[in-house]
Amino acid sequence: MKKYILAVLVDNKPGVLTHVSGLISRRAFNIESISAGYTEDEDVTRINIEVSVEDDRELEQVVNQLGKLIDVIKIVNLGLVDSIVRELVLLKVRATKGSLADIRNIVDIFRGNIVDVSPENVVIELTGSQSKINAICEMLEDFEIIEIARTGAIALSRGPIPIKNM
Amino acid sequence: MNGAQAILESLKRENVDLVFGYPGGAVLDLYDAVYQARFPHILTRHEQGAVHAADGYARATGKVGVVFATSGPGATNLITGIATANMDSVPLVCFTGQVTNPLIGKDSFQEADIVGITTPITKHNYLVKRASELPRVIKEAFFIARTGRPGPVVIDIAKDVFTTVLDYEYPQKVKLRGYKGDFTGDEGQIRDVVEALGEAKRPVFFIGGGVTLSNQTEVMREIVKNTGIPVVSSLMGLGCIPAKQEGFLGMVGMHGSYAANMAVQKSDLLIGIGVRFDDRVTGKIDAFAPNAKIVHFEVDKAEINKNIFSHYPVIGDLRWSLPIFNEQLQGSGEDYLDRFAKWHKQVVDMDRECPFSYKTNDKVIMPQQLIDTVSGMVDENTIVVTDVGQHQMWAAQFFNSRNPRQFITSGGLGTMGYGLPAALGAKLGCPDKRVVLFTGDGSVMMNCQEMSTAADNNIDIKVVLLHNRVLGMVTQWQRMFYGKRYSQTLLGGKTDYVKLAQAMGMEACRIEKPQELEASLEKALNVKGPMLIDVMLPANEDVLPMVAPGAQLDNMVLGGAEA
Ligand SMILES: Cc1ncc(C[n+]2csc(CCOP(=O)(O)OP(=O)(O)O)c2C)c(N)n1
Ligand SMILES: [Mg+2]
Repeated sequence: MKKYILAVLVDNKPGVLTHVSGLISRRAFNIESISAGYTEDEDVTRINIEVSVEDDRELEQVVNQLGKLIDVIKIVNLGLVDSIVRELVLLKVRATKGSLADIRNIVDIFRGNIVDVSPENVVIELTGSQSKINAICEMLEDFEIIEIARTGAIALSRGPIPIKNM
Repeated sequence: MNGAQAILESLKRENVDLVFGYPGGAVLDLYDAVYQARFPHILTRHEQGAVHAADGYARATGKVGVVFATSGPGATNLITGIATANMDSVPLVCFTGQVTNPLIGKDSFQEADIVGITTPITKHNYLVKRASELPRVIKEAFFIARTGRPGPVVIDIAKDVFTTVLDYEYPQKVKLRGYKGDFTGDEGQIRDVVEALGEAKRPVFFIGGGVTLSNQTEVMREIVKNTGIPVVSSLMGLGCIPAKQEGFLGMVGMHGSYAANMAVQKSDLLIGIGVRFDDRVTGKIDAFAPNAKIVHFEVDKAEINKNIFSHYPVIGDLRWSLPIFNEQLQGSGEDYLDRFAKWHKQVVDMDRECPFSYKTNDKVIMPQQLIDTVSGMVDENTIVVTDVGQHQMWAAQFFNSRNPRQFITSGGLGTMGYGLPAALGAKLGCPDKRVVLFTGDGSVMMNCQEMSTAADNNIDIKVVLLHNRVLGMVTQWQRMFYGKRYSQTLLGGKTDYVKLAQAMGMEACRIEKPQELEASLEKALNVKGPMLIDVMLPANEDVLPMVAPGAQLDNMVLGGAEA
């Protein structure tokens, strides 16, 4: 299985997410994560889809089937161009007076932030590649991770050209 | 002008001359506008009938079929018909009523999420919550339904939208950022095909519904005439090349002809045109056309490499690609007729040796004989509609289809119950053509209420019922693969279809003996008005040849006269 991040520009209209998610389930595509948000153009939403495929033919199917949706304006496979990939994670971790310093050390090494502290826990914010996020999760397991929220991967190509002009 | 009137006005701008539908609470205002405008409308007896009728109308005319239905159960009754149209790329626009805006999402009376339900079976769909959106949405819907690879579009409309007053202006142009509806491609891809043809020794054209949908029959016929390349067809492609033309080998696939299947297997260049390499055609995909390079002319990019890898894709509307292909072939300086003469003769000989065939006797009417006889009695201005089952395959094999849009059948979804309402739609769309429906005793029951529609509107269709007292196609599989365990496939035989039709207000007759077949058929087919002809047939006939599911195409169970 190979993973790619597709950046999908769609019309910012009701029903779009139904169409995209309906297509994914109907065609039985393997989706690792999906996220959506506004863009520099108020009529356009950007959907980031992280997809796992067996081979190039399956990848071609995913792209072409998505491309058929009327509300899809543009699809670029950012896995195939030089791009920056990031994911945001929020972690709620058990913390006592005794363990707080150790936790802070780990967070510093990973260049994360502690964004909330209470007597029994901290909330950590971290952005990075998926492997970095996986690594911090592993490190913090000793302290008990109470809850995880991850956004899934988003990506942007390097250089001045936006995907709508690619 | 209110929303309901705006819809009818927009339909006029789209040259819609007939709507099929069924009223209800959520569309009362729409129907009030229909009444006041005297908008042409056919009331079917079930929403499924309405959508199949609109589908038959669209396939026969090439125009967009239009349907009205109410919210909740009215709309869900459309589902099978929408899925049927979607699988066969039929342009439809279905208007469904939705509960009023404030009640949406509250599980209100007769509420169903139609956009959610129809998303996987439509080309596109809309929920309209504001009247001001109607003109744009309707304009887009018709454009989307009929351009590119056609398909059904659903417009779900909140009830209060129908009565809301709006400033009506129908847009001149469609503005869609992600869909242009114009599918021209790369001429280089066509040149590559012409080049490949220069090397080929045993090319075969494999044509499908796309040729009909894009109205490219004439160009296709010219290409075939000028090159002498043998042609096989999918179920959806029948009628494009006249069935009896030499070099046309008929349907390919599970119940395809011996020559069609063998030609594909021997071919070294298989040129698919407006097809999607369905599993009913290819059989075992890895063993399909094993010696051939695959060419794929197709408007829908997602079809390329979906089921089979194509060495030479030609992506674009056949309206664009086929005329260029034709020109390039003519300009190539090759004498294709001469080059492929030997191959042409080889497949024609195969076809002669092993045609679709059957044996008759003096005790019972054979189903193939029935189709053959009807075929001989009607002229080329006849539309044949079928239901789904053995009778459908026999109609495909034995009816002499001579023109596009005149063999109307549910191919992709295989929807029993499609035939009768589709036949009504076809007749209403083409009043000058004769319409004959071949249906089964199982299938016809699934929408038999539409006999009433036929009778009340005096829609002149001839319903030829292939009455074998079984769900024949299923019994065939049970006979071949399940040790003749006929689980739930034997109909009791108590139902009198003649009386049923008469009770609905149609004329009807029964034919039981081979000796009376011709005379009785001749008489019945020439009755004016809707007529059911109940033809009694034996129960245990098989459709042959047959390629078992998952087997390769040259592994056919043959049959017919020789068997
Ligand atoms: C709506 C629907 N239900 C079930 C089937 C499965 N099926 C395919 S053919 C067939 C039998 C059709 O019987 P009949 O209409 O009598 O035709 P025959 O095969 O006897 O000619 C059935 C049940 C189907 N295609 N469509
Ligand atoms: Mg039957």
